Amino acid sequence: MEAIAVLRNVTKTFAKKKVLDNINLQILDGEILALLGPNGSGKTTLLKILASILRPTDGEIHFRGVKVTDQNVEKIRMESTLVFQKTVLFSTTVYDNIAYGLRIRRATKNEIDYKVAQVLKLVRLEGFEKRSAKKLSGGEQQRVALARALALNTRLLLLDEPTANLDPKNARIIEEAIATTNRELKTTIVMATHNMFQAKNLPHRIALMEDGRITEVGTSKEIFGRLSKTLASFAAVENTFAGTAKTSEDGSTLIDVGNGIQIVAAAKNVGEVSVFVNPEDIILSKSHFESSARNMFKGKIVEILDLGSIVRLRVDVGKPFTVQITKRSFNEMGLNLNTEVFLAFKASSIQIV
Amino acid sequence: MNLLDCLIASFQLSFSVDPRIIEITLRSLFVSGSAALIATLWGIPIATIIAMKDFHGKFLIKTIFNSLIGIPTVALGFLLFLAFSRESGPLGFLRLLYTPTAVIIGEAILITPIIVSLATTAIEAVDPEIVNLAKTLGASESQASFAVLKEALEGIFLAGIVSFNRAIGELGIAQFVGGFIYGQTELLTTGIWIELQLGNPGTSIALMVILLTMVFTINLVLNAIQRMRGREWKPLLYSET
Repeated sequence: MEAIAVLRNVTKTFAKKKVLDNINLQILDGEILALLGPNGSGKTTLLKILASILRPTDGEIHFRGVKVTDQNVEKIRMESTLVFQKTVLFSTTVYDNIAYGLRIRRATKNEIDYKVAQVLKLVRLEGFEKRSAKKLSGGEQQRVALARALALNTRLLLLDEPTANLDPKNARIIEEAIATTNRELKTTIVMATHNMFQAKNLPHRIALMEDGRITEVGTSKEIFGRLSKTLASFAAVENTFAGTAKTSEDGSTLIDVGNGIQIVAAAKNVGEVSVFVNPEDIILSKSHFESSARNMFKGKIVEILDLGSIVRLRVDVGKPFTVQITKRSFNEMGLNLNTEVFLAFKASSIQIV
Repeated sequence: MNLLDCLIASFQLSFSVDPRIIEITLRSLFVSGSAALIATLWGIPIATIIAMKDFHGKFLIKTIFNSLIGIPTVALGFLLFLAFSRESGPLGFLRLLYTPTAVIIGEAILITPIIVSLATTAIEAVDPEIVNLAKTLGASESQASFAVLKEALEGIFLAGIVSFNRAIGELGIAQFVGGFIYGQTELLTTGIWIELQLGNPGTSIALMVILLTMVFTINLVLNAIQRMRGREWKPLLYSET
């Protein structure tokens, strides 16, 4: 495959702090590339540089063979678009939000009408044209932001944590729209994520990022196979733990991830492994309860992140787990910092890499 | 004439079709409206630069504009009188003293700090990512700045209303550089003052009633427009890029 964008020795410094350090990366035409790394690893900065809304301190970017310069940056910017992690919308209707970029490209009214209807169908928001964008739910707003980017049909689509902070339903719709766009329109997609599960399933290639550097690039199989030790160093990637797996007496896999925490998994593995638990697969309770879940741990809430309709909690059970629950459950359970809670998840929900 | 008779007479005069009253009212609207328009034309670009650009001395400039909001109109009027003075003023050659143009310039200077300060605050309150959003959707630097201004439109609109109110209600500048030339520079505020000096309290009250009614009505209409724009008109603003 031909490279659509090439980054050579790209460095970005903010107030003497190096946020990107000598990045060399090729983005292949038609691929989905995931930038996988913990918060603060430089994913967003890299995406903004690829979107030409941020210029590197050093290094070169070539887009379809043309070097990006101050003179041609506005023209090259037309060939890509970025969907931000935090949803940003204009204070107007859904229609006018989506139409903004099309109007800049001087599309006719008929073309705009057609495109708006088409992309709203793709993100399953048919008939939302006249609704005020900012009055939609968080998930719907993020779907409008994605639709607005998809409407432009750019060669390169950049997504910054597209499903972070979303409930599973909205996340699934967005993942399907991303996959459809790549499959049917051959749009090249670069997606930042710290969700191991998403990185494993959606992209063709993965670039691991840590402290402003790209440490590994490879296919999903390569990264999640051979490079499990590199993955294990990603302590900040949520719910990912390195440990030693052994087969227990009942035939299931027992993984010791340290600090006295043993996770039961259904998949058969032995030796050094990395495990990942999806935050949405974890059930949270204030008291011990009987269930079929093979994993249950007692811990304390150490961090609360209010994301509108959902709340993300960090629970320390000896190892930090991220749990995602609805705002309603959060309120009804009367949870607070340092509240003692129980976490439960099934052995079959463990991803072993 | 007792107070009640005076009030009745003044109300009758307020709602009569006295050509002089109509002329004073229209002149006041023209002078203050022009001042608000001029201050907006130069104030919004200044506010945009202050809010969106980082430069040395930014804090100092913001502080100066904020401080100038409260400048006494008498002080500014006197300074402008000295500047426009035909015999010794540095701008005397323009021969603007005691003309409506001088009042327009003076009021525009008076309300510029209000426009700049309020509009700067409104623009700074817009999500900083709006610029990047507009750019990533294909906007040029100027189109991206325009997108920010659209988001700050409610605050800018408020700045315009406050400025107009300040202009139409001020007396010091109108007195010093407009004077009281009958049929030429008489305004509602100066009219209220001069008629009282001439022993016509009824006319003063009538002009005051007109001034208050006008300010109230204009604010009511502008606020109603703003509400309608929020509900229905706003999309129209996005139909231009």
